[in-house]
Amino acid sequence: MPDGQEVHYGDYVQDDRVHKAVYADQAVYESELDNIFHKKWIYIGHESQVPNPGDYWTTWVGKERMIMSRGSDGAVHVLYNRCPHRGSLICNNEHGNAGKAFRCPYHAWQFYMDGSVRQVPMKQGYDGVIDYKDPQFSMVRAERQGNYRGFIFASLSTEGEDLETYLGQGARAAFDDICNRSPQGEAEIVANCFRIIQHSNWKIFLENQLDAVHPSITHHSTGDAAAAMQKKYKDKTGDDAPMGYQFLADFTLPFEKWDSLQTVGFPNGHTQLTGYMGLRPRDPVTLAHEAALTDAYGAERMDEILSTNVHHVIVYPCLSVQPPLQQLRAVRPLGPNKTLTEIWHFRLKGAPDGIYERALAYYYHVNSPSTMVNADDLNNFRAIQEGLAMVGGGDWVSLHRNAGQDTVDNGVTHSVTGMSEMPMRNMFAAWKQFMTEGN
Amino acid sequence: MAAICSVETQLAVERFLYRQAEIVDDREWDAWLALFAEDGKYWMPATADQEVADGQPNIFYEDLFLMEMRIKRVCHPYAHSQAPTQRLSRVVSNVIIESEDGATGDIVVRSKFHLVEYRLDDQRYFGGKYRHHLKQTDDGYRIQLQRVDIANVEGPFGYVLQTWL
Repeated sequence: MPDGQEVHYGDYVQDDRVHKAVYADQAVYESELDNIFHKKWIYIGHESQVPNPGDYWTTWVGKERMIMSRGSDGAVHVLYNRCPHRGSLICNNEHGNAGKAFRCPYHAWQFYMDGSVRQVPMKQGYDGVIDYKDPQFSMVRAERQGNYRGFIFASLSTEGEDLETYLGQGARAAFDDICNRSPQGEAEIVANCFRIIQHSNWKIFLENQLDAVHPSITHHSTGDAAAAMQKKYKDKTGDDAPMGYQFLADFTLPFEKWDSLQTVGFPNGHTQLTGYMGLRPRDPVTLAHEAALTDAYGAERMDEILSTNVHHVIVYPCLSVQPPLQQLRAVRPLGPNKTLTEIWHFRLKGAPDGIYERALAYYYHVNSPSTMVNADDLNNFRAIQEGLAMVGGGDWVSLHRNAGQDTVDNGVTHSVTGMSEMPMRNMFAAWKQFMTEGN
Repeated sequence: MAAICSVETQLAVERFLYRQAEIVDDREWDAWLALFAEDGKYWMPATADQEVADGQPNIFYEDLFLMEMRIKRVCHPYAHSQAPTQRLSRVVSNVIIESEDGATGDIVVRSKFHLVEYRLDDQRYFGGKYRHHLKQTDDGYRIQLQRVDIANVEGPFGYVLQTWL
C-alpha cells in the first residue's frame, strides 16, 4: 500500500511502473467495475449477430448480465437480463430466437424485444394493485446504447462522453479499417463465438496484445514449428503452404522487425500497433480484393484503404481488434484473476471469398480453442497472475522500456520503437484517470 | 444406425480404436501420424450440428502437415506451456459399426470416450463421441476422417487444447 491506511488508486500508477495491487487486489477490482466497466462504453456485439426479429445474444458488462436483441421494427436493443417481477435471468441460453417475446421461465411474464411488457399471466391479481404497464415492470434497458458502423456498445451510466467522442480517432480506426475494406462498407459477423477463460486479470491480456517483445520469445516453439512445416509442405507438394503457416511463422520475426513497428497511444487508453504482416501480396485474392474496392471507391481510395497500416487496436477497456484480419476479442472480467474472452471474426461484405479464408485461417490458428499461439500466452498469463498475487517478492511491475522517450503531439503519443512499453503506460494513464475522476 | 458385421470385424475395429487411444495418451507421435491415411484428417467441429469442416470455424481441423506441426511444437525445447506437460487418460467404449463396405472393407464407426487431463495441479474432464471413417489397407486400418464431438463444444474452455482429444 503506497499510502498507508487510505488508498488512492492513482498512487498505484506511476509514469513507468504500477503497483501489483492493480492486478490482484479484490477491492481494486470492484472499484474498476464501478469506475470503468459500469461507466465507460463497453462493446456488446455486432448488429449482424441478431439479423432477425426475436434474435438475441447474451453477454456481460462488468457484473451485469446483458441481452442484445432485435425488435420486430428492426431496432437493436440492449437490456439487462433480468425479469422485473422476481428478478430471474430471462435468457439462460447464450443466444437464440425468442419469437415475438421473451418469456420468463418462472411465471411467464412476457416482454417485447425492447423490454416493454407484453403480457402478464393471471393479471387479475394485479387489478387495482399496480399497472403492470408501468415502466418499473418492464425489463430495464442499458442506460445508454450506441452503434458505430454496426458495432453496438452500451454504457451503464447516463453521464459521460457520447460513444463516438469516447472512441475518438484511435478506437474508431478499428471499426473503420474493418468496414472500409468491404466494397459495401460493412462487416458481417460470423455467428461463432469461441470462449476462453483466462486465469488472470483483464489488463494482462490487453497489455500482451500490444507487447511486441514477447512474440519471438513466448511463441518461439510455434514459430519454429510453423517455419519448418512451411518448408516441408513446399518440398513435398511443390506448392506454397497455406497462409496460416505464415501467420504462425511470423511470431518469430527477428527483433529488428518488431523494433521498426510503431505504437500509438490515444486518449481514453485506446492504443494501436501498426502493421507488420505482409497482407498485400500480389496473389490473386489480394488482386481481386483491390479490383472490388476500386470498382466501389476508385483506385486512389482503394490504395488508401489497403495501405492503412493498423495491425492491432486496443479499444479500452474491452476489446482487442485486428482489423486487417477481421478478428475481435472482447474482454469480460469475472474477477481480479479471472477473465472471459469472447472471440469473433468477420466477413467483409462484397469482398472475395479468399479474404474471408484468410480471416478464418487466423481465427483457427491463433484464436480457436486448439490454438498453438494462445496456449503459450495463457500459460504466461496464469504464471503472471500467480506471481502478482504474492504478498512478498516485490510490489511493483516495471513498465520502463523506452520510458521518457515517447513523443506527445495533440494528445496522441508515439513510441520510439514497436518494442516500447508505451502501450501499457498509455492504458494505465486512462486507468488512473477513470479510477480517480469521480473523487 | 448400426451394421451387421462379423465378430472379427468388430474386434479388429475395437482394437484399432483402443490402440489409438493409448497412442495419443502416451504421446507416441510417430505412431499417431502413422494411424492416418495420407490425406486423412482430424476434425473437431465448433458446433454439434456442423455438417462440413471446410470454410467454417472449427476447434480442430488438421491434416498430416498440421498434425506434424503441432507435434514439432509440443516437442520443442522452448515450448514452456509443455513444462509441465498435460497427462491424458481415456476410455473408449460403446463401439458401434455403422457401415462396412463389402468390396473395400472400409468402415464407418462411432464410439464414446471419456477422458481426464491433468496439468499443473488441475484436472479437466472431457467426454464425447468419435466417428471414424477407416480405410482398409494391406497394413490394417488407416483413418480417413476422425470426427470428434465434445460435450462442452461451446465452452467456455478453462485452457486451450494443446493436443488432440
